[in-house]
Amino acid sequence: MATDAPPPPTADPASEDRAALRDGLGVGVAVGISGFAFGVTAAGSGLSAAQACAMSLLIFTGASQFALAGAVAAGGGPFAAAAGAFFLGVRNALYGLRLAPMLRLPRALRPLAAQWVIDETTVVTIARSTRRAQRIAFVVTGLTLYVCWNVTTLVGVLGAEAIGDTAAWGLDAAGPAVFLALVGPMLTGTVERATAAVAVVLVLGTLPVLPAGTPVLVAALAAPLVLALHGRRTRGRARDDAAERADARRAEGGA
Amino acid sequence: MNTWLAIGLTFAGCYAVKLLGLSVPAGALERPLVRRLAALLPVALLAALTAQQTFADGTSPALDARAAGLAAAGAALLLRAPFLVVVAAAVVVTAAARAVAG
Repeated sequence: MATDAPPPPTADPASEDRAALRDGLGVGVAVGISGFAFGVTAAGSGLSAAQACAMSLLIFTGASQFALAGAVAAGGGPFAAAAGAFFLGVRNALYGLRLAPMLRLPRALRPLAAQWVIDETTVVTIARSTRRAQRIAFVVTGLTLYVCWNVTTLVGVLGAEAIGDTAAWGLDAAGPAVFLALVGPMLTGTVERATAAVAVVLVLGTLPVLPAGTPVLVAALAAPLVLALHGRRTRGRARDDAAERADARRAEGGA
Repeated sequence: MNTWLAIGLTFAGCYAVKLLGLSVPAGALERPLVRRLAALLPVALLAALTAQQTFADGTSPALDARAAGLAAAGAALLLRAPFLVVVAAAVVVTAAARAVAG
């Protein structure tokens, strides 16, 4: 795995440390202030300031927080709401797998560090090539983002409560816009686009007939569904190719 | 809904998977299928959440000012606007569409 490779001999340790610090602060502040959008959305979804702040402090993974706020607004049971938010957080396990061999954290520190294992800390950390710089990147990004995200959540939720009717200000569009901004850059290939399209059809199709909270979970099935269909097609194509090659060989042999 | 229960469950689940990733031996979850599924699951969920929160009012389909806001967000996204600008575009256009519609 690339993550276990020794740092390239050309990497200057001091400049690696500076890059880790600079990128960590930059990403931490830029993404951290989006907590404002979460605070506003949480208030519009009917969450109290205490609930919004508890979510940013404890859950601390953006997409899951927006999903849970949306599920609360839509109604339905707490288990279905939590399930949708949880599935969105599962990817963080894979980030932890990539970070563990880089950071080599002592066992006692892992429960603390775990809270910061998210998209942004992973991206900034894996860009560095020395262990020292990777540790600096992880801590600086994590700490900056955590502080900014929580402070702006509080500002957002109090601000939205102060202006009252958030829908009149169009603030109910902030949630879906956040999801769109998150999913847009992921739609890089046919499989991703097909998955998104199937998920949209599934959620809008089941919305009128299923209990609140469950249509999003049904839509999550688009991922294994498209993956299975895609796998079957590529396997089928590989078989066809192999058969064609065999035919070609036979034809050559016969000639 | 018991909102605090939902928050507690989400916290427990999300924290557990974060800690799991840091704690299991490398390679345990590195199967190609697991990786592809974990990468594709957010695509399905985020697309579904976008559609649900734009085109639904409770449990019934709806087409209102939010659709205009989302179109503006999409345009901002194509222009590679920063995250908060994308969100602001949706908010401003949705509010404007509501104001015009009365």
